[in-house]
Amino acid sequence: MTWFSRSLSGPRSERSPASRGARNVLASVAALGACALALGMAPKSIMPSTPGDSMAPKPASGAPILVGHYGSLTGPEATFGQSTSEGIRLAFKEINAAGGIDGRPIELREYDTKGEPKEATLAVTRLIKSDKVVAVLGEVASGLSLAGGPVCQEAGVPMISPSSTNVRVTKVGDMIFRVCFIDPFQGSACAKFATGELKAKTAAMLYDQKAPYSVDLAKEFKRAFKKLGGDVVIEQTYTGGDGDFTTQLTSIRARKPDVLFVPGYYTDVGNIALQARKLGITCPMLGGDGWDSEKLAEVAGKAIEGSFYSNHYAPDQPDEQVQTFIAKYKADYKGKTPDGLAALGYDAAMILADSMKRAGSLDGKKLRDAIAATKDFKGVTGVITIDANRDAVKSAVIVEMKGSPLGPKYRATVTP
Amino acid sequence: MSALTDLIPAHRPSLAQSLFAGVVVPSLCAIGVGTLMQFGVGPVLGDYWTSVGVQVGIAVMLAVSLNIVNGFTGQFSIGHAGFFAIGAYIGAGVSYYGALLIWNDASAMAHGAPLVWNNSKSWLFGAGEWLMIGGAILGACVAAAFGYIVGLPSLRLRGDYLAIVTLGFGEIVRVLLQQTRPQVFDGAELREMSAGELVIPPLGGATGFSSIPKYANLWWVWLFVAVVVFFAYRVKVSSTGRALLSIREDEIAARAMGVNITKYKVRAFVLAAALAGIAGALYAHSGNVLQPRDAGFQRSFDCIIFVVLGGLGSISGAALAAVALSIMTEALRGPEPILENWIALLILTAVISIVAAILRAVGNRGWRITLLMAVTPLSILLLGLASKFFTDATGINLADYRMVVYALLLIVVMLVRPNGLFGLTEIWEYFGPERAKKPPTTPPTASQAAAAAPTEGSRP
Repeated sequence: MTWFSRSLSGPRSERSPASRGARNVLASVAALGACALALGMAPKSIMPSTPGDSMAPKPASGAPILVGHYGSLTGPEATFGQSTSEGIRLAFKEINAAGGIDGRPIELREYDTKGEPKEATLAVTRLIKSDKVVAVLGEVASGLSLAGGPVCQEAGVPMISPSSTNVRVTKVGDMIFRVCFIDPFQGSACAKFATGELKAKTAAMLYDQKAPYSVDLAKEFKRAFKKLGGDVVIEQTYTGGDGDFTTQLTSIRARKPDVLFVPGYYTDVGNIALQARKLGITCPMLGGDGWDSEKLAEVAGKAIEGSFYSNHYAPDQPDEQVQTFIAKYKADYKGKTPDGLAALGYDAAMILADSMKRAGSLDGKKLRDAIAATKDFKGVTGVITIDANRDAVKSAVIVEMKGSPLGPKYRATVTP
Repeated sequence: MSALTDLIPAHRPSLAQSLFAGVVVPSLCAIGVGTLMQFGVGPVLGDYWTSVGVQVGIAVMLAVSLNIVNGFTGQFSIGHAGFFAIGAYIGAGVSYYGALLIWNDASAMAHGAPLVWNNSKSWLFGAGEWLMIGGAILGACVAAAFGYIVGLPSLRLRGDYLAIVTLGFGEIVRVLLQQTRPQVFDGAELREMSAGELVIPPLGGATGFSSIPKYANLWWVWLFVAVVVFFAYRVKVSSTGRALLSIREDEIAARAMGVNITKYKVRAFVLAAALAGIAGALYAHSGNVLQPRDAGFQRSFDCIIFVVLGGLGSISGAALAAVALSIMTEALRGPEPILENWIALLILTAVISIVAAILRAVGNRGWRITLLMAVTPLSILLLGLASKFFTDATGINLADYRMVVYALLLIVVMLVRPNGLFGLTEIWEYFGPERAKKPPTTPPTASQAAAAAPTEGSRP
């Protein structure tokens, strides 16, 4: 230390001329250090640790309550995370404007997962251990919820996934909830709609035998359809990516079903619809939210008109709450129409806020119990009740492909 | 090269001496490193930075292992994540299904206490943790076998063509993993499965492999980091390492001097694959869900960035780049942790500056690089402040652009230092008494390396 200060203090050093430059470097380091020290003092006083993107609390004052969100804000599924984030922000903005939770505003802390499990684990660890959030919202993709879930479970912080539909997600532990329905429910919703609205007596099924999603939906549809007095007259399978479905469709045509249930992804459904109409199958087709893409109408065109699929929400639903949500969302996000993920993000945030109010405490256990006790919560995506498996029991909407331009239009709401 | 030749002993050591120097000392060092990280560094870092530390260790292992192929041998492999994923899935499969069969329960809490001494069930290592180690060794062996298979085509291929083969390998692994059967969550169900059903292993398919017990803590990960780094260093200074370097500098000259090109290329692939397999197995146990995507191009590319940035051929350079970049991606999430720790960063700057000053006083040439290290925490702090003010002033969150920063950094390094920050030089070679005006840190030219290799190590 003495040498260090001596070398800084001037030319008394007896080092060789070659090392003079070094002294200057050391001096600059020290000077920089001093600057940083001065600056470093500042943050503590003038900069409270607000993150870059905090909600601005207006009417609600007092110490903010930190809530975390992890989502894929960049990467291949960036739209998932961004839509969800917009829904959550809108919800917290409304809550804060209405006085927050007992006068305390909710502040959102948000981290990107890039769609990778490693990032999801680190993001949730950071939210809980470093930011000390009271609850966590996220993720959309089930694989990432399965990575983040155990961290929340271990730390005793409740997590609500807005839109992970895989059954495993909430089985991680008693701290993990979701506000969307799980995959098999869509099968029974479609069966209910087919027997009720469409008065179908017989049904045919054509599903992707390699995709667990498709198999689950088909199984549940068959069970529910039979229970409601219908009969599944023929079952055919395909493998995702097959181009030709004529063999299966020819056998289906022979049995003349009232409806054709195709719980696949839009990539295959377009081709199936085209070939079915070509073969003269005129009955309506039914499917799950795997159909939900603009590409479907592009590929199938007229062939898909008059077919139905189940979804989480429909923007043209004649429901006052839905329309208010859409109007507010459009006002906040430059006229953008919210998609299903935004609506689910909004509902997840609203249920969390509602539970915080009911819990009367931000303790993980009490908050958990309050979320678990959610009953008949009127959300944008339906009336939500949390069941014993911490899954949401709620209604699905059935949309019809029609109109010009061809697109999904609201047809019915199916309650469980 | 002079630094390398100094390390070659004048006479053959006895078996006992080799065992002591090659096994006992490094094992003790590795245990020391693990213990230091777990009980010294871990508690200081806190939970969040501890889990970052685990991921950093895995990144270091990946960087050091890829360095054997891309750095020492100069073969451009962009399928390293394939080996990583093989190790990860095998490691996860062994410990998850092993625990399910033995105890009907695969949770980490039941059969492996992550180094909790006062846990009544296991006072040091739970049985589950030994399953993880067994899985890691098996994963390394299988990955090495695949390394042999991928190494063979490199008989005839060079440069771009080899890169395409390795890229193809990574993609094949990814697609094969997508086709595996759904994961089994019940021990009884697993026992009832017939052998035919297990031909395609139940590794989760496109959904991913979840619920893997979380055994990998700082202790295990950094123990293996020490082992991998030591191993890679011994390869570098061995006759094999010199043969690899000669292939990298000039393949034709190396062949002319009697180096068996095929043998050494394949050997490099096998070694790198085995080490990547270990990294993968530990990654699987660090609380993550495995997805087929882990074998994809993105992760391979991350490894290449570490090696290219740190120095093609420099173990410590690649390791340092892995540490710096892994921490950077986390730090760029937001400046709060940096600003909260400003005192620690300033103290770190001061301490390293003092060390640099002392080194200079005693005439050690390492002082320059030490001074460079002193600037690092300071610049981290200044960067944190800058990003804070930038975000406050413009409302733009820099975290959204962290991948752009990454890519820019790579471009700049490639323009300024095509050999990477450290080239072939190890960081510790900067230390030691000042011998010459011009420190011998420049990498050897092609002819020098080719000439040096056969005389020193054409035949092991």
